[in-house]
Amino acid sequence: MTDFAISQSMPARQSSPVLRALRRNRFAWIGIGLLALIVLVAIFAPVFAPYDPLKQNILHRLSPPSADFWFGTDSYGRDVLSRLLYGARISLSIGFLSVLIAMVVGSALGILAGYIGGVFDQIVMGIVDVMLSFPTLLLGLMVAAMLGASFENLIIAIAITETAPFARVARAPTIAMKRRDFVEAGRSLGYTPLHIMRVHILPNILSDIVVVASLWMASAIRTEASLAFIGLGALPPTATWGGMIREGFDNILSAWWLVVFPSLAILLTVLALNILGDALRDAIDPKTRSQG
Amino acid sequence: MIGYVIRRLLLAIPTLLAMLTMVFILVRLVPGDAAVAMLGDRASAQTLQNLRAQLGLDQPIPVQYVRFVTDMLSGDFGRSMTSGRTVLEEVALVLPYTLELALAAMLIGTLLGIPLGVVAAVRRNRWPDYVSRILSLVGLSFPGFVSGILMLLAFAVWLQWLPVMSRASTDPLSHLRSLALPALNLGLIMTAYIARVTRSSMLDVMGEDYIRTARAKGVKPSKLIMRHALGNALIPIVTVVGLYFGTLIGNSVLTEIVFTRPGLGKLILGALQSRDYTLLQGLMVVFATFVILVNTATDLIYALVDPRVSYAQ
Repeated sequence: MTDFAISQSMPARQSSPVLRALRRNRFAWIGIGLLALIVLVAIFAPVFAPYDPLKQNILHRLSPPSADFWFGTDSYGRDVLSRLLYGARISLSIGFLSVLIAMVVGSALGILAGYIGGVFDQIVMGIVDVMLSFPTLLLGLMVAAMLGASFENLIIAIAITETAPFARVARAPTIAMKRRDFVEAGRSLGYTPLHIMRVHILPNILSDIVVVASLWMASAIRTEASLAFIGLGALPPTATWGGMIREGFDNILSAWWLVVFPSLAILLTVLALNILGDALRDAIDPKTRSQG
Repeated sequence: MIGYVIRRLLLAIPTLLAMLTMVFILVRLVPGDAAVAMLGDRASAQTLQNLRAQLGLDQPIPVQYVRFVTDMLSGDFGRSMTSGRTVLEEVALVLPYTLELALAAMLIGTLLGIPLGVVAAVRRNRWPDYVSRILSLVGLSFPGFVSGILMLLAFAVWLQWLPVMSRASTDPLSHLRSLALPALNLGLIMTAYIARVTRSSMLDVMGEDYIRTARAKGVKPSKLIMRHALGNALIPIVTVVGLYFGTLIGNSVLTEIVFTRPGLGKLILGALQSRDYTLLQGLMVVFATFVILVNTATDLIYALVDPRVSYAQ
């Protein structure tokens, strides 16, 4: 009986119109297809890569693209294509993990701030505003510089820069949701605030959060590449796209392939995520949904 | 109105304080401490102790915090450990280069972005709209250094139209030539951003009743778009452009490194490479203060431009 009463007043989870809008959006499929391709390439890098990405071959150093080395070789004679394929793993996992951390911490802070309100809300949102006032890249650069360059620290640095937007996105709908009947009903039934936030509020704002996540993952990959380019990336000889550009930049006058191919890899990945994020946002926003 | 301005300025104070606290915590995140990080593991205990005393690291944390905040608030941002100049002197030396770059980029971004966005909105869901949307999506996907490197390859290495390195020069023409590529790089990214905001802002305004009324009264389409629609659509655009300033500075750091241009970017990179933590800390505070001030100014301009903002609350 009580469950019935609550499910009556709960808004239907509006996933179906969103999925329908997404399905109609041809543009979105380009993004999804591209992204799926990149993820597959990253997972099966050992299968696709023609050479060992770390194996040096001085005899073949700086050779231009050819039948043997499709994307040429770098100044150590390492195969650019193989390094590119393995680099996808680093970029994608740093992007994914940092956004995951930022999403969990940020949304939790945002929901708590919105639900509890008062002084706690003011303090959390004050900190969020300060974090938003740092340019993403500079904040990431400072944190990475302070912690020291490594795979884990890079994830932490990027996660820190992206926590604030999630808190913002989660807070506003939580405040609106807090006053809805089904939350009120849950509260009068004696559910703990934690239960209400988890079961009644979180599922309803999840779609907003996921859209933000896909857009910020694009930003995370951009930041990772930029930090690696500055020299704050995962340590060499690990292949990362930004790091490859950094190494290739010294030979830019003679070996264009060292910078062009990793540049295109970064661009395509970020573009795919941006297309997907845009399409998701359009699908969720009722104002634009009808246009598909 | 004056009351509103004062209130908005006062609001920036807690933000500044919170920012200082964050920087303070960040610098304490350095593994070991800043002295070890700067001098390395093999430095003698005595040298380390001297540096700690010099940096005030031998004091208890609360004392360090109070000293840090009072120093920063009184405009003492510290001194570079390598050059011996104060942080403000270091910034003042390179700031003109970065500002020149940022302003040139803003100019390019506004001049190209607003028309592109207006055309996209007016020709909604037709080819000009698709072209403009695809271009701005691609532009937004470029990390600043990637587009910079590709432009460097295309225009300086292959076509050889423009110099590879940007150097300051007294000759105005060669100065402009060396500014062209970095400014274009940042400007085009900004164009993508402004075009996008302009499009959505214009679409919002074009749906308003007063536009329909004006159209029904026979206002010429060109005047309708330029005066009636764009005039009002500009308000959110101004805000967004102001808020974009922080990102612009971040991107200019990368652009300066790619084009080996003097500026804040090279200053930060140098501080990173020489592990000059006092300079880094000072730069961080200067940057963030700058962004907070620009955000506050943007809010104030918004209030001035938009009569709907109420000053009462």
